[in-house]
Order: sequence, then structure tokens, then C-alpha cells
Amino acid sequence: MSSFECVKWSKFFGSFVVVLLGLSLWGASDSDWDLEPMKPNLRDKDSLQRGLGLYVNFCLGCHSLQYRRYERTAKDLGDIPKDLMLENVIFTGQPIGGYMKSSMSKEDAKNWFGAAPPDLTMVTRVRSPKWVYNFLKTFYIDDKRPFGVNNKVFPNVGMPHVLLPLQGFAVEDCFGYEAVDLMELESILREKKLEGILTRTDRETEVEPWDRLEGREPNCPELTTIPETGLYNVEQFDQAAYDLANFLHYMGDPSREIRQSMGGYVIVFLVILTIFAYFLKREYWKDVPKSPPRVRKEHTSEL
Amino acid sequence: MDDTNPSPVTRRYLLIATSAVTTVGAAGAAVPFARSWSPSEKAKALGAPIEVDITKLKPGEILKPAPEWRGRGIVVIYRTSEAIERLEAENRRLADPTSKRSVQPNYAKNSTRSRRPEIGVYLSQCTHLGCVPKYYGEAKPEPFDARWKGGFFCPCHGSKFDLAGRVEKNLPAPTNLEVPVHQFENDAILHVGIDTEEFDE
Amino acid sequence: MSESLENRGFIARSMTWINARFPWTPTMEKHATKYYAPKNFNVWYVFGVLAFVVLIIQLVTGLFLTMNYVPTAEGAFGSIEYAMHEVDLGWLIRYAHSTGASAFFVVIYLHMFRGFAYGSYRKPRELIWLIGMGIYLVLMAEGFFGYLLPWGNMSYWGAQVIVSLVGAVPIVGADLAEWVRGDFVLSGITLNRFFALHVFALPGVLVVLVFVHMVALHHVGSNNPDGIEIKNKKDEKGVPLDGIPFHPYYTVHDFFAVMVFLILFCAVMFFAPEMFGYFIEKPNFEIANPIATPDHIAPVWYYTPFYAMLRAVTFPLFGLDAKFWGLVVMAGAILIPIALPWLDKSPVKSIRYKGRISKFMLGMLVISFIVLGYLGTIPPSGFGTATAQIATLVYFSYFLLMPWYTQREKTKPVPERVTGGH
Repeated sequence: MSSFECVKWSKFFGSFVVVLLGLSLWGASDSDWDLEPMKPNLRDKDSLQRGLGLYVNFCLGCHSLQYRRYERTAKDLGDIPKDLMLENVIFTGQPIGGYMKSSMSKEDAKNWFGAAPPDLTMVTRVRSPKWVYNFLKTFYIDDKRPFGVNNKVFPNVGMPHVLLPLQGFAVEDCFGYEAVDLMELESILREKKLEGILTRTDRETEVEPWDRLEGREPNCPELTTIPETGLYNVEQFDQAAYDLANFLHYMGDPSREIRQSMGGYVIVFLVILTIFAYFLKREYWKDVPKSPPRVRKEHTSEL
Repeated sequence: MDDTNPSPVTRRYLLIATSAVTTVGAAGAAVPFARSWSPSEKAKALGAPIEVDITKLKPGEILKPAPEWRGRGIVVIYRTSEAIERLEAENRRLADPTSKRSVQPNYAKNSTRSRRPEIGVYLSQCTHLGCVPKYYGEAKPEPFDARWKGGFFCPCHGSKFDLAGRVEKNLPAPTNLEVPVHQFENDAILHVGIDTEEFDE
Repeated sequence: MSESLENRGFIARSMTWINARFPWTPTMEKHATKYYAPKNFNVWYVFGVLAFVVLIIQLVTGLFLTMNYVPTAEGAFGSIEYAMHEVDLGWLIRYAHSTGASAFFVVIYLHMFRGFAYGSYRKPRELIWLIGMGIYLVLMAEGFFGYLLPWGNMSYWGAQVIVSLVGAVPIVGADLAEWVRGDFVLSGITLNRFFALHVFALPGVLVVLVFVHMVALHHVGSNNPDGIEIKNKKDEKGVPLDGIPFHPYYTVHDFFAVMVFLILFCAVMFFAPEMFGYFIEKPNFEIANPIATPDHIAPVWYYTPFYAMLRAVTFPLFGLDAKFWGLVVMAGAILIPIALPWLDKSPVKSIRYKGRISKFMLGMLVISFIVLGYLGTIPPSGFGTATAQIATLVYFSYFLLMPWYTQREKTKPVPERVTGGH
């Protein structure tokens, strides 16, 4: 940033900088983590429905989709019947015509997380489906963070690893397979107020001890999920992350499919009209006598 | 096709064809604007059918507070058996006793204008200019009518409706109170705004 | 005689009735059927019509957007999303408006380039040019005010930065910025006044200016790629020899052009309405947040050349700080084309017959504008700033050196009658 820029910024936004640094909010800078490719597929209604199921179970507690109604979502995702929606999707007691809002109040949210969790209706448009997919997959254990976990794509993110019961423990793995004390991990996480999530899995805690390696690299480029610590294996968890990202991709612009099919018809129509217009123009211009061609004489001399 | 000489016939056909296709296109371009005026999903959600608990409704009374559906109040009335008899007998004073000109579902085209004789469901909106008629349930002389048999009186322009929402003759309101589509899930729950025949009557 | 009178149909009789009360036929003749336009227009001459088409698109879609829009800090973002998610085909109207905003500047920049190249600003068309520059300035204001209305985070911070620029004016700057905002920070109060300007005041001004622009054009007649006056060579009836009636020849011609344009417009609107973040920027999909600036603030692409010039000024001068001079350079860059009619001293109008230096300078102008436009979209860097400084100099030298190089260079002989075309 040039000195000129610095002067300008400091003058007008200086007071905000402290707040920004302190909160490491939504707009925190991207990491240089290599994002795995992810290609959304809106035709895959099964994936979208699984994504909806995962979302209402794991995300909606904090993150609203406040611009979207359950009813329309049910319709778009393959006409999910009302009873099924009321039983399996709508936990907040809202009517099916209601917005998909989190039941958490903003005040509670601020107390717990330092900032209200953002609405995620358009998260894939602010970021990208690929970003969301990778974000969900790159939580790892980090006892220096308030919630006991950190994230590779969104460093120092201010939220717990909500999908931990599904994924299990992921750890930084830079020196081959790293030994980690699961018991210790669990006690860390308990301290970090994640008990609720842990008990939900009803997971046995009888696992063999691992030795935790000291002196990790600050930017370890590898993550490994410790097997048998989550409900899902790696492929299943990847699929879950994909389904969620795919669902949020739908959510960001629910008119995408109709838009593109409508666009096809409109353009075909316009092309036909253009052909007519072209022949009409040509017919009329037969009246117009041609001018002599342009003379493109070379300059004889310039100066 | 001749490339150099103007052809009036070709020109005419081309002009007609292009104009026709353009007209179709212009009509198509108007569609999004026209459709954007139809009730949005918000309006539809707010206009969704409502469930009304009628367990607290007592004979001779109307449900308080009045439930609201699509921005209008709904009168739910519990008529006594005497009132029902009276409704069946008397219709000389009425403008449209058989509800020929009034708005109601077919199942409410009877003397009580209701699905069940004792329970009436009406839009609380005078068919004259949309004021809310007041409920005067008892058959006793009222300031506006010495021979009042019970019903609804519109304070705006004095229209009178009987306990089945039927309007009296020679008053401003032209037709009976509108009956919204409704159905009973059971003795306790009334649905207004839906009529699926999903529940047994 | 009597037979022809009987044969006069209803339409002809109606026209007589109307013409006795309103100059319908004379108006049509003046502006269409007897408006003689040069027959050698090339593709550069369609952008005026296209700009008019986009204006109509913007007025109609804008009108329908206001039917769902709530101009408050609390409601604005949600009301746009309401239109996008809940109003039947509301997304189409919104995307048509957002695509239209960018399309407006695409066709206007091409329209202006046509004027640069063929000397359309030269006598007797100076007023057309000045009115056109007025349209351009109003359009930039329209774009700026309109961009705040979605109340997204980029809306907010973009407006914040530009309004803060007003603060660079010496002495009164800070008070002026506060007056523009109507608040100590950019707030719902600012949004309300920007909304009123965007949907009411400026469109009105725009429509009036466009009308005046066309009246002036039809008064003096159109220029053409040869830059010669077709009115100098007329037949015995007073019709320019190289002129053809606008209607039907240019109406069918321009209709075809409009259709081609609409295909491109719809391709963007239906398949890439965000245009990869250039038409709708990513941070604008989250609500305005006064305590979190987007990582990188860039204006929409049509302002970026001037934004890059603003950032290119990094040094104080004459005791005034760089920020002020940045503002001066930016304003100067926007306003300097106004002086074109008096800067161009060439004996010929069209670039076809101007000398090599003019051609070179015009090419450099285009390149510098594109380079600056690109630099304005990316975060500032040392190399970028140096490049922007050079490009800014190139941009200004096109204008400021024009009196010198247009007189000095050798021009080609101009033909008597128009050449080329269809």
C-alpha cells in the first residue's frame, strides 16, 4: 500500500482497525491453503437434500438462512413432502412457510462467539462453493484457540468444529504420522466448552494413548484425520462437506437453474429475430447506392 | 434470392414476419414485469391457511379475539339451536336469503351459511365499503332496530346482517357477508383458507 | 380528386385531425422520415441507439425494483434479497438492472470513443458534445448513488471511500463530507438521500439531457466516419446527396444492431450476471458492516480508470497533500474531454485523414485507459502505482498536447463525398 493510501486509511478508518484485528471477523484474510477442487451439481437432488439435513442439524443452530423459506426449499429440492419437512427439518417450531432462521438470539451469539454468526444464505456468493467445501474439511485440533480447533482455510476462525462428531479428530501432520493423545485432546475440547457436541456422538473414550509431538510447524500443510474417532470415514466426511457446500450453492442463488434454462430459450428467440432483422435490413438497403470504397492512401511524408 | 434489386413483395413479407416476431418478443419482455406483481412468496406465506382453536367458543358468542386471515378479521360464531331455527324460518326481511348473489363456498350455500349449522365462519368485512360489522348477538331491541333478532350491525352506514351473515333489504350493503373456505379438522380445530377435504366431516 | 378523398381511410383522416392540433407528421419528418443521415455509417454509429435502449431498460427495471425496495439501512439489503428470492421473476428484473448499469457504460465508452475518433465534437457539434459530457457525468453520479442502494458491504465501503474523498477539499472538506453524508458516518440517512437522487432527480435530468442531445443532433445533422458535412452537397430538392432517410434505412439497420446487442446482454444477464465479480462484486452479497472493511475495495469497473489515477498521485505539491491532488487529477481526467472541441486544431475531423501522431495518441489513450482500468481493480502495489502514473501522463497528454500535434502533423486529403459504408 502506498504512503498516500496509508494516510487516507488511517485518517478515516483508523478507529476501526483495532476492532478489526481484535475480532478477526468474517472478512478475515484468506490463507494460502491450496483449495481442493469442488464442482457443485444442482441436479443431484439427493446431495442437496442430504446437505439440507446436515445444515439444519449442525449449522442452523447458529447460522440463519433468513432470506429463504422452508416451503420453497422443500419444493426446489425435489418436492419434499410437508410432513417430512416438519418432522426432520424444522426444529424451531416455525411454520413451513417461515424463514429458515436460527433460534439463537443475537445477544447470546455475541456473548458466546464475540460476534453474531453471519447469515449464510449467500455465503457461496461471497466466497465460493469450493471455499465452503474446503473450509469444512480443514478444521484441526489447536489448543491455543478458544474452541480448541483452528482452520486452515479461515485461520483463527471464531467458531467450534461443529462437524467434529462426524469427522473425528483432524490433526496437523507434518512429520509423518503424528502421535496424539486422544484423551488429552478430549479433555482440551471439554475445557473449551465443546462437551455438548462430544456427548451427542455417544462415542466411547477407550482409545489407545498417543504421544503428542511438540514443536509443530506454524504452517503445517498436511492434515490427517485420526481413524475411528468420528462417525464417518474420510470418504463419507468428504461427501458430507460436499453436500453442505452444494446445498449452500443452491441457497445462494436459487433461481440459477430456471435462469439458465430460461436464458437458453430467450437467446434462441433473439437469434431468430436477429436473422429476420438482418434480412429486413439487407432488403431495405438495396435501395441505397453504394459509396466509393474508402481510399487508404499511404502517408507520403509525416513531417 | 436476388441480391441487388429491391423486391417489394419480399420486403412486405419480411416486414410482416419481423413485426410479428418482434411483437411476440415485446410481449415476452413484459412477462417478468407482470409476473413480479403477483403475490410473492412472502404474501403467500402470510396468506397461508390458519388454524383456529374453537374449544373456548360458547353458544351465542363469537370468538375473541377475532382470528386474522390475509389481513382481515374472521368472525367465528357459535349459534344456539333457537337461533338456527329462527334463521331457517325467517327470511322476508333479507336481501339475498338463499345467497344467490353472495360469495361463499358451495357447502355454505344454505340457510345458516355454514358447514355445521351451529358454527358460522365469515369475513368480518361489510360488503358495502369494508367496515367491520359489530356483533349484537341477543334478540332484543337495539337503538338501531327495535325488532332486532340478533346479528351484525355495521356502524359505518347501518347495514344489518343476521346471525348467518345475511344482509337485510333496503340497506347499503348489497350482499351477505363473505364466507371464506374453511374446514373442521375436529371439534376443536378449524382451518380457515384451506379446503382439501382431507379431514372427515 | 373526389375519388381520392373518399378513399382516404380512417387513419389518414385521424392524422389530419391530429396534425391540426399537434405537429405529429412534421415531427416525424424532422426526426425520422426526412432526417437525412450519412449513408456511410459504420458499426461505431450504433452505440448511441444502444445507449438509448439501455436507458429504457434501466428506467423500466428501475421502476419495478423500487416496488420492492426499502430505502432504509435496516431494510435495504433484505428487500433486495426479497426481490431475488421471493418475488416472482424478481431476480430477472434485478439482474437486468445490474447488467444494464454496466452495459450502459460499455456502450457509452464506445460511443465516446467514436466521437474521439471521428471528431464528432468539432464545429458545429460542440453543444452536442457538451450535452453528451453532461449525460456522462450524470450517469456516473447515477451509478455511484445506485451502487449504495443494495447496502452490501462493498456498497457501503465504496461509498464511504468516495464520500471521504470530498474531505480532501482544503479547509471545508471535512464539513462538506459530513454534509453529504448527513451523519458522522455513512448511514441510513445517507442511503435515503442517495435513493431519492438515484430514482427521482438524476433519471429526470438524464432523460431531459438525452432529449436535448438528440434535438441538437437533429438540428445540425450527424457526423460520419469521413468527418465531412453531407449538407454541403445537396440535390435540387435540398436533400443531401450522401444522406438517406433515417427511417426506414437506419431504423431497420439499428433494429438489427439492437438485436445483436440484446443477445449479448441476455447472455450476460442469464448466464453470468455477476460477470465474475466485475458487475456485482462478491462482498456485496453480505450486508453492509461498518466495522469490517472488505479485504480489497475496488469500485465497479467503469470507475476504475479514474480510481487508478486517484491512487497514482502519491506525493504532496505546493503544500497541499497528495489526497487533494489525487482528487484534482481524478476530477480533471473525468472533465477534460469537455475541452476537446477547442483542443483539436486539426484541419480535418476524422482520424481517417489525421496524421500519424493523432493515430498514435488515440491508440495510446485507449491503451492507457484500459491499463488504468485494470490497475484500478487490483490492490495497489509499487509497480502498479508507477505504471498508473505513466498511464495517467499518457492519458492527459492526449488532451493537453492535442493543440500542438494536431496542427503540426500532415493530414491526408479529405474526399468530396463520403466513402465506404454498407
